[in-house]
Amino acid sequence: MPKINSLLRILPLCIAALLPAAAQAQSGTLNTIHQEKSLYRNILVTEDDVRRCMRFTITEIGGQNQSCYFLDNPDKLVFPYAKMVLTSLLVQDNPQRILIIGLGGGTLVHTYSTLFPQAEIIVSEIDEAVVSVAEEYFAYKSTDKIKTVTEDGRLYIKRAGLRNEKFDLVILDAFNGDYIPEHLMSAEFFEEVKKLLPANGMVVSNTFSSSRLYSAESQTYAQVFGKIFNIRMANTGNRIIVASQQPLPDKATLEQRAAAMGDRLAKFDVKPAEMIQYIKTEPDWDTKERVLTDQYSPVNQLNN
Amino acid sequence: MSSALPTSITSSRQNILVLCLAFISGFIIMAIELLGGRILAPYFGSSIYVWGSIITVFMLSLSIGYLTGGRLSLHNPRLTLYGSFFATAAALLFPLVFWGDAIMEAMFLRIEDPRYGSLVVSMLLFFLPTAVMGMIAPYSVRLLVMDHQRSGQIAGKLYFISTLGSALGTLATSFYLVLWFEVNQILLTMSVVLALAGALAITVGRNSKAAAPV
Repeated sequence: MPKINSLLRILPLCIAALLPAAAQAQSGTLNTIHQEKSLYRNILVTEDDVRRCMRFTITEIGGQNQSCYFLDNPDKLVFPYAKMVLTSLLVQDNPQRILIIGLGGGTLVHTYSTLFPQAEIIVSEIDEAVVSVAEEYFAYKSTDKIKTVTEDGRLYIKRAGLRNEKFDLVILDAFNGDYIPEHLMSAEFFEEVKKLLPANGMVVSNTFSSSRLYSAESQTYAQVFGKIFNIRMANTGNRIIVASQQPLPDKATLEQRAAAMGDRLAKFDVKPAEMIQYIKTEPDWDTKERVLTDQYSPVNQLNN
Repeated sequence: MSSALPTSITSSRQNILVLCLAFISGFIIMAIELLGGRILAPYFGSSIYVWGSIITVFMLSLSIGYLTGGRLSLHNPRLTLYGSFFATAAALLFPLVFWGDAIMEAMFLRIEDPRYGSLVVSMLLFFLPTAVMGMIAPYSVRLLVMDHQRSGQIAGKLYFISTLGSALGTLATSFYLVLWFEVNQILLTMSVVLALAGALAITVGRNSKAAAPV
């Protein structure tokens, strides 16, 4: 009997000791709330207590998230890459016609349409399934200002060029870490993009390139656009290439714009004044690397 | 047809030649098919239907090539005609290299739907060279078969060799050739190799014909 008594006395203590661990495990649980195979990839939507993510992987762990948002604050940007893209607003601060290649969860569309409610935004996404998952799980919506086209980005850009359309801002966001469509990284393609830009227009490209491809990609942009610059932060595989038809503003102008924009960008958790330091104007690549063309585009082979 | 006895000494050499050439044609067919995706992507994208168009056209042109090659092998099968298939295929790659962009641009402007655009362009660019290369396989079988009892075995060996060529052509092109060369450089090299293969077959064919009556 005394044995059982002492056991009963200890038991609550044991349970109390185990509870926080159990609670912690609970909050860290990652659930797959949607999964489908599209023509191009596997699409997963995962969620834990903090955020919901779109993934193009088979499993919940490993690999990269394409797009995430915080459940308690969908405006706040999760990834450094999105913050780096927004940093390009210091270069050109008032885009009224925006073309985005690659939708993902629609983070950039949401951000730009919130910042510039009057702007016309066209999104070209090759995968119909990505559009419907974004609509269902990421509150993405086409409106009279936001138009979604299910088409290969290169085709959209080629036809837009034939129609003499212009975009103040073209965002290339069609790459994921595993595979880069070759026809979206060639001198001929960048020429087609350049045709869409007015005098103050700008291309902002989110890329993951590494090793020799980093140099080849940079060289190709530089050949077509002249001077380009990078936005790079430590601790992320992404870099943002900004190719503007106009030179990078000087430091004073950047700081002035950062101060002016600070309040508007705060809700997205972007601090433009702090981001200035990540803008790099000097080439940090091997300028002897061969330029990529439609004829020579071993993009994925160079990326290993 | 010449009698079996005098030619039997040279026939084993001829067999090796035919098998080598069949390997080359298998290699080149798949190398071109693989490059097809690259060639079309700037105009029609890399959507799944672009690959659908390319594979459809290759299968269709090969099937017609098989039929035609088989038909041609009925009358007086000879190395000289066999060699001319290679030479013709070599010449038919030229429009792809030199007018490919003009053709694709014209079709891109005329056809809005990239599915039919890529299908039409694949027909225009790939149908003729691939159909002619398709004629090589059945004609090879005819040149190799001396004895109908072994015809199945010989056809099997021929498909083994040419499909092995296709496998290596796919691998070499996708892993290495595109890393070293431009698409048109690869295509022109393929054209030269086909022309040389054709010239070799024609030369050997003429020589053995000249030697046969002796």
